[in-house]
Amino acid sequence: MFILKPRKSVPLSLTLLVPVVAIALTLLMGGLIFGFLGYNPVEALYEFFVAPLSRPDQIGNLLVKACPLIIIGTGLVFCYRANVWNIGAEGQLVLGAMGAGWLALSFPDAQSPLFIFAMSVAAMVAGGLWGAIPALLKIRFRTNEILVSLMLTYVAALLLDWIVRGPWRDPMSFGFPLTKTYPDAGLIPALILPGIGRLGQLHWGVVFAFIIAACGWFYLARMLSGYQIKLMGDAPRAGRFAGFSQSYNTMAVLVISGALAGLAGMIEVSANIGQLQPNVSFGYGFTAIIVAFLARLNPLAVIVAGLVVALAELGGDTAQISMGIPKVVTGIFKGILLFMLLAGETLTRYELVRVVRIKAHQTPAQQEES
Amino acid sequence: MFDELLLTVLLTSVPLILAATGELVVERSGVLNLGVEGMMLMGAVAAFGAASLSGNPYIGIVGGGLAGMAVAGVFALFVLGLATNQVATGLALTIFGTGLSGLIGAPLVGQAIDGLPSMTLPLLSDIPLIGVFFQLDIMAYLSILIVALTSIFLMRSRAGLILRSVGINHDSAHALGYNVLQVRFFAILFGGFMAGLGGAYLPLVLTPHWAEGMTAGRGWIALALVVFASWQPWRVSIGAVLFGGVTIMQLAGQARGWTIPAQFLSMMPYLATIVVLVTISGRGRNVFGAPMHLGKRFFMTR
Amino acid sequence: MNKIAVFLGVALIAIIGAFFLFQDEKEVMTAGKSDKLKVGFVYLTNPGDHGWTYAHEVGRQQLQKHFGNKIETTFVENVPEGPDAARVIRDLVAQDNKVIFTTSFGYMEPTLKVAKEYPDVMFDHITGYKRAPNMATGNIRFYEGRYVQGVVAGLTTKSNTIGYLGAFPIPEVIQGINSFARGLRSVNKEASIKVVWVNSWYDPVKESDAAKVLIAEGADVLAQHTDSPAMLQTAEKAGVKGFGQSSDMHEFAPKAQLFSSVNNWGPYYISQVQKVLDGKWSTGDGPDHWAGNTWKGIGDDFLVLTEFKNMPASVAEKAETVRAGIAAGTLNIFEGPMKDNQGNMVLDAGKVLDDGGLWGMNYYVEGVEGSIPN
Repeated sequence: MFILKPRKSVPLSLTLLVPVVAIALTLLMGGLIFGFLGYNPVEALYEFFVAPLSRPDQIGNLLVKACPLIIIGTGLVFCYRANVWNIGAEGQLVLGAMGAGWLALSFPDAQSPLFIFAMSVAAMVAGGLWGAIPALLKIRFRTNEILVSLMLTYVAALLLDWIVRGPWRDPMSFGFPLTKTYPDAGLIPALILPGIGRLGQLHWGVVFAFIIAACGWFYLARMLSGYQIKLMGDAPRAGRFAGFSQSYNTMAVLVISGALAGLAGMIEVSANIGQLQPNVSFGYGFTAIIVAFLARLNPLAVIVAGLVVALAELGGDTAQISMGIPKVVTGIFKGILLFMLLAGETLTRYELVRVVRIKAHQTPAQQEES
Repeated sequence: MFDELLLTVLLTSVPLILAATGELVVERSGVLNLGVEGMMLMGAVAAFGAASLSGNPYIGIVGGGLAGMAVAGVFALFVLGLATNQVATGLALTIFGTGLSGLIGAPLVGQAIDGLPSMTLPLLSDIPLIGVFFQLDIMAYLSILIVALTSIFLMRSRAGLILRSVGINHDSAHALGYNVLQVRFFAILFGGFMAGLGGAYLPLVLTPHWAEGMTAGRGWIALALVVFASWQPWRVSIGAVLFGGVTIMQLAGQARGWTIPAQFLSMMPYLATIVVLVTISGRGRNVFGAPMHLGKRFFMTR
Repeated sequence: MNKIAVFLGVALIAIIGAFFLFQDEKEVMTAGKSDKLKVGFVYLTNPGDHGWTYAHEVGRQQLQKHFGNKIETTFVENVPEGPDAARVIRDLVAQDNKVIFTTSFGYMEPTLKVAKEYPDVMFDHITGYKRAPNMATGNIRFYEGRYVQGVVAGLTTKSNTIGYLGAFPIPEVIQGINSFARGLRSVNKEASIKVVWVNSWYDPVKESDAAKVLIAEGADVLAQHTDSPAMLQTAEKAGVKGFGQSSDMHEFAPKAQLFSSVNNWGPYYISQVQKVLDGKWSTGDGPDHWAGNTWKGIGDDFLVLTEFKNMPASVAEKAETVRAGIAAGTLNIFEGPMKDNQGNMVLDAGKVLDDGGLWGMNYYVEGVEGSIPN
């Protein structure tokens, strides 16, 4: 039989190879599934991963799709490096959208160009507070942050649903669950590229996504407190000896990732929708988990990973238009990709070693079992 | 009138009971499988497809269970064979299952099947109020039986004891010579089969249709339910009726002119679960026999 | 390990190679560019819903058949109402579609947004109220069919409780409920309607749950303003009656469906495309208000009622008389005196509600229980 044995050192080539092999395997297996179900696998892969990029404006759309994934993914990198399992980014995103929405709807006459930054702050506070709940419960009651953050995601979605159907509904929406549209100062303008002009739906939020990822990288790689996060994740006991607080660390990473998810929610609404509606996200909070893994918990790599995953999302639309398959089918690629990445992670950290099973070593209980 | 409402609540709770009982066994063995929603969807689409092709809803039951078990097998391969992170692997399973069920189900949209007939037990079903418990269908009766058997298995049998000890501390269990991976493997397969059955119940009984994503979050409610029931099988069935009742009462409340927003009723299961988590985690001692190694990776070191 | 790596490498190269091969093929396929008028449709769900989208799909097929080789139609299904819709509409523009029909209310803002960007493409939004020089709106007087449903329900019910599934409390749905209630009360003063909101246009599981709850609450005739046949299937199983929605659903409920109001979009699509082909496209001939540029009903065959079934001949006869009256314009559904369900007079005797009044309905008329959620 085989057992997993920790590697003494991880060669760099392996670190780089894993995502590439994972993507290749995903394409291969996704294609096999399509072929097996009677679709033309080559056409499916073409529609998913090549056709979306066949026009320049689609490059802009790709960046727009990647924007929330990059921002949320950067936040999640903080959590996962610290070994804190926040899977409630989707809920934190929703709260962020509501926080910013509250400001935008409270000041319908806002004119100041700084208004959008005030909305960003509101979104980050709201998302951060929502992220602080599982942290607080974990610190105080030792509850499992995975389950709490997951439950809170659904609470957040229902809260938004209620607020856009009830208190915040635009009286002129004729009964539809929509708020008033934001004032112009609360909208994120399109990004006009010099010499090219508008590129699809490209907006300024994308620029901030890149900046945030870069800042995240700098913080984690170059700052002492960034190192602290990683140390507490990898070796909590060593961290405590070094004088770092586990509670502080848990709170910090959950608030950071909550705030970033909230910001992503605000950008998504202000750039693409312009008002609150029952659904402001299409699972970005969950998809970003894949992005964080694909990036191997490196914020700079999150940019690339975000683009790769966004390509699959965009491909879902293209495939839907040209092949008539439902959009959720993108999940096949996303799911397999995550599977492959997780397997790759194990195989970089550990090596499979063959051991000979010696019957005599079995305990009586084990023999009874078998 | 009340009878019929209660019957509707019971029917709504059956998929929750099935999926949550499966997940309960999985979690008792120390594995957290967040793929319930994906496994339920696979079960639903397979059950619908099998029933539609064969014209026999009973074949649908088997098809649903097996489909859930098959994708659970993939999950087991990763979390046990490769010791991958359980949370992320479970999410991958949900995302994958949602996508694959959508692709398989695309040609099935708009078709209808004959659902499972209800099996009304004579005499017993005539008892006022209690009678509705005997107007259910074969899967509903089975679900109660499975809860009973699961409870006996976990609490009274030696194999159940081993399964629980693996969940409480896999290193000690391993040191005692139990095959941790094998125990967990079977637990995960069982969980997948049950989630598949839970999914199958939707097209076979509740609404004889396939619609993409038709489980509509029931998998996540089942996950909450396991924690809400603090890993006790009988509490799962009671919790399922409560959670199912919440779904039905928001609709019945509208017909009766209640003014409480439906969203707050829908939130109850999730909030209640958080409250339960705080209560059981705060005790310090493991009074409920919660699987302490839930979600932790196990490596064979020898 | 090395062998695996080599295998993977080869596989990857094979896939990439296949891409390029296929890409070439694609180009050849589209090389002979035709001068056909391309018409695109955006659908909310899958045409297999047998409801709303199915009716649009039938209309699209009629359109294609009518013009044959002169036009080329495509559709995109399952498009969520939100930012993705705008991208899908832009995609259709990028694929040279010159006329685009967006077939759900929730596409209003995205359609308007894209319409402003592409002034040379004609947009047709179904059931909305916002327009642009190149964006028209079309709608059907759905409520006319619901009046006939109300009459049949009033003559069929024994429990005098009617269950009604609503999607969203928007004017179109409120109109339908009120029209149903007018029909109901015109033949049965005792009967009343219980409304349950499903908060979705298409959610078979929730629709059947809601139907079960309404039956448990005593309803023996069900009506729906949601899209799937799930309610009728539930009715069939429970042995109560119901009405189909948007398209004929009798195959799902042969014993339960009394009749169905079928949305007949074909004539509208044909007339709009004809105008484009003639170079005379305009935003339509109707008045420029809420009701849409084109808003027609039973009289113009925009709404067609299926055969009256599962009811006594006398009821079917009465239903046909009412239908004919509406078609001929001799029967006014909202004619005073009309009271809301609080007993306040909302329309004096002798007056008829105009289209503006129809879209402004924010009350239930007599015969509906409860209040509109806000």
